[in-house]
Amino acid sequence: MAYRANILISSEAPGADAVQAAFLSKVQDLQLEDEVQVLATTALMGAATQGIEALVYPEGTRYVNLTPADAATIVEEHLYKGRPVQRLAYVEPKVTPLPPPNTKEVRVVLGNVGKINPFDIEDYIAEDGYMALAKVLTEMTPDQVVEEMKKSGLRGRGGAGFPAYMKWTLARNSPNKPKFLICNGDEGDPGAFMNRSVLEGDPHSVIEGMAIAAYVVGAEQGYFYVRAEYPIAIRTLRVAIEQAREYGFLGQNIFGSGFNFDLEIRMGAGAFVCGEETALMRSIEGKRGMPSTRPPFPAASGLWGKPSNINNVETYANTAKILLKGGEWFSSVGTEKSKGTKTFAIAGKVKRTGLIEVPLGLTLREVVYDVGGGILNDKKFKAVQTGGPMGGCIPEQFLDMPVDYESLASVGSIMGSGGFVIMDEDTCMVDIARFFMDFVQDESCGKCVPCRVGTRRMLEILNDICEGRGQPGDIERLEELGKSIMRGSLCGLGQGAPNPVLSTIKYFRHEYEAHIYEKKCPAKVCRALIEYKVNPETCIGCTRCARNCPVNAISGKPKEAHYIDPSICIRCGICSQVCPVNAISVE
Amino acid sequence: MNELALQAIIQHYRTSEEGLVEILREASRQAGYLTPEHLAFIAKALHLPQSQVHSVASFYSLISLKPLGRHVVRFCQDAPCHVVGGRAVWEAVQAALGIGVGETTPDGRWSLLTTSCIGACSVGPVMMVDDDIHGNLTPESVRDILARYDKIGGAA
Repeated sequence: MAYRANILISSEAPGADAVQAAFLSKVQDLQLEDEVQVLATTALMGAATQGIEALVYPEGTRYVNLTPADAATIVEEHLYKGRPVQRLAYVEPKVTPLPPPNTKEVRVVLGNVGKINPFDIEDYIAEDGYMALAKVLTEMTPDQVVEEMKKSGLRGRGGAGFPAYMKWTLARNSPNKPKFLICNGDEGDPGAFMNRSVLEGDPHSVIEGMAIAAYVVGAEQGYFYVRAEYPIAIRTLRVAIEQAREYGFLGQNIFGSGFNFDLEIRMGAGAFVCGEETALMRSIEGKRGMPSTRPPFPAASGLWGKPSNINNVETYANTAKILLKGGEWFSSVGTEKSKGTKTFAIAGKVKRTGLIEVPLGLTLREVVYDVGGGILNDKKFKAVQTGGPMGGCIPEQFLDMPVDYESLASVGSIMGSGGFVIMDEDTCMVDIARFFMDFVQDESCGKCVPCRVGTRRMLEILNDICEGRGQPGDIERLEELGKSIMRGSLCGLGQGAPNPVLSTIKYFRHEYEAHIYEKKCPAKVCRALIEYKVNPETCIGCTRCARNCPVNAISGKPKEAHYIDPSICIRCGICSQVCPVNAISVE
Repeated sequence: MNELALQAIIQHYRTSEEGLVEILREASRQAGYLTPEHLAFIAKALHLPQSQVHSVASFYSLISLKPLGRHVVRFCQDAPCHVVGGRAVWEAVQAALGIGVGETTPDGRWSLLTTSCIGACSVGPVMMVDDDIHGNLTPESVRDILARYDKIGGAA
C-alpha cells in the first residue's frame, strides 16, 4: 500500500521509543494510519547532535530535539492540517554558514542509508533489492559474474585494494571443499565508521552481495564477523538475515536455482587485530585472534583450513549494484586504476564531520573543503591522516593530490578502510604520532617480537620527546626501529604500525626537532614544553587568575602585575580562560 | 553467576571450541567478570583444556577477568577524539570519579576503562557508560552525565 506521507524517527537517541509511540498514537487518533507510515530508522540524519529527530516525507522536513508532545503537534499540524511546524524544524546554524552539502558526493553504497527502513526487507526490495541476486542465479554463470566484476574494476574496500574478481576466482578455482564465505565487519580503525552505517542502514545490500559472491566461489555457508562494539549493527543484521530467510533469499534452493547459501553472525570480543583476515578466521574458530603467515592465502586454506573468500562490508555492498547496472556503469567514475565511489568517515577539525561517499580521484582539497566544509573556525589546515592507525599523515603540499589507492601510497599513507582525521594548526604532530603508536602498541597481538617490543620502544621514545626528555638521535632511532618493525612483522598491523610516526617525521621533522633541541612544542600542546606567562603590560591585577589557580602557582598584589611560578604551574590553562584582558599567553 | 545461567549461555552458542569467544564475551557481560571457576566450568562443557580457555579469555578486551564496578565507563582514547579536545574531557572524567584508568572506586560503583574506537567519531569526544554512548562531551558536561547513573564522589 502506498502512503501519502512517511515519518522516519532516529531510533538511536535515548527516549526515541516514547516519541515514536507518541507519533503512532496521534496518527491513530486522527485516523491517519492508512495514509501516514511511522518508521523507526537508525540515526544518521545529519550530525547526531540534535536529540531525537524525525524526517517527514515527501517534503523532507527535518524536525529536531523532539519530545512526545512535539510529536503529537507535528502529526496534527503538518500531517493533518498540512502546515509544517516551523518552530520545531531544523534550522542550519547561521553563525558559520556552510557551502551547500553533498555537492561532490555520489552515493552508491550509502544510497539507501537513511532512506529505507532497515528493519523491513520490503523497503529494500522496493529499491530493486535482491534483483541482482535473481539475475545472477537465473541468468548468469559464475564466469559471467566474474567477467562483470572484472569490468567494474572493483577493488577490495577493506584497505589493501586487491581486485575483488581476482580474490573470488582464486577461491573458486581452489579444489578443496567445503568452501566458506566471510564478511569482515570488524571495522576497528579509529576514525572509521562507514561499515557501521551501512550495516545499520542497509544491511540487505551486504547480504545480497555475499550471496552473489558465494555463488561464484561455490560456498554454501557464510560467516558475518561483526565487532561487539557495534550492538545496533548486530541487531539490525540479525533481523535482516531472518527476513532474508523468510523470503527465500537465504537458505535452500534460492530462486529455484538449486543454489544453497546461509549466513551466521559471529561477534568479536574487542580485539583490533581481528580485522586482519587470518586473525579474524581464528576468532571465528573460537581461538585467540592472531594472524598467520600468508601464503597459504585464505582462498587456498582459510577457515578450518578450507578455501575461504573474505571481503569487507563495503566491497559486498557494491556487488549487487554492479551486477544490476553493469560493470561499465561502476567504472564510469573513478580514476584509471581506482574505479567507482568510496565511502569515507570525516572526523577531526573540520566543519562537517560524518560520512561521505565520493568518486575516487577527487582531490584531498575537494574532500576537506568542498565536502567537509573546510577547517573548523577557519583555522589553517595542517595535515590529514588517512587509513587509520596504519596510515600516514599527509601535509598541505599534497592537498591537490587525487584520492586513490596509488596516490595515497606514493606519499607514505594508505587508503585503508577510509577514515580521514583532519588536523589544523593547533595539532601537535608528535603528539598525534604518539597517540597512534599508543593504539597499535596496545592492540599488537604479541606474536611478532618486532611489533610487540618495537612499538613499545617507539612509544617510550615518543613519550620522552613529548615530555621534554627528548635526546639527540631519537628521530634516527625512531626511523630505524620503524623500518625494522615493518620488515619483521607478519601482518598489516605491524607492517603499518610505524607509518604515522615515519610520515610525520618525513613531513614535520621540524616539529620533532623543536621538541628535542629547543624543548618547545610549536603547536603548544605538549604540556611539559609550554609555559604560561603573564604579560605585565596588559595585566590589570584583578587577582582572578590567582584565585582560580588550583595549585596556587600565581602570586601578585591586587592592581599589580601577577606572576606565574613555572615550577608549581601544572599547565591546566584555567588562568588564561578566566583572564578578562587576555594578559596570559602560552609560550 | 550460577552454573545454570552459564549453562544457558553455552547452550545458546555452541558446545564446541567454535563457540568459545562468544560464550566468554557473553558470560563476562552478564556476570561483570569471569572467575577461575567460570573458566573451569566452560572448559569442561566444551571439552577444552583450561589453559586454552584462559588464553582466549585473556586475549580479548571485552572479556574481563577482574571485578568491575556497578557502572563501567569506557572512554575513547583514539586520535579522532583526541584531536577534538579529548584530553581535557578525559581528565575531567578521572577527576569526577576520583580514579584512574583500570581502577574501580572503593564503593564499587564505578570502573574506568578506555575503549578502542566505537565508530562515533563525528560526535567526539565520546565515552560509553554501560551500554550507552555519549558524544560531544565537554569537561563541563561529564559530571552531569555520570551523575545520571549513580553517585559520584570525585573532586569537582
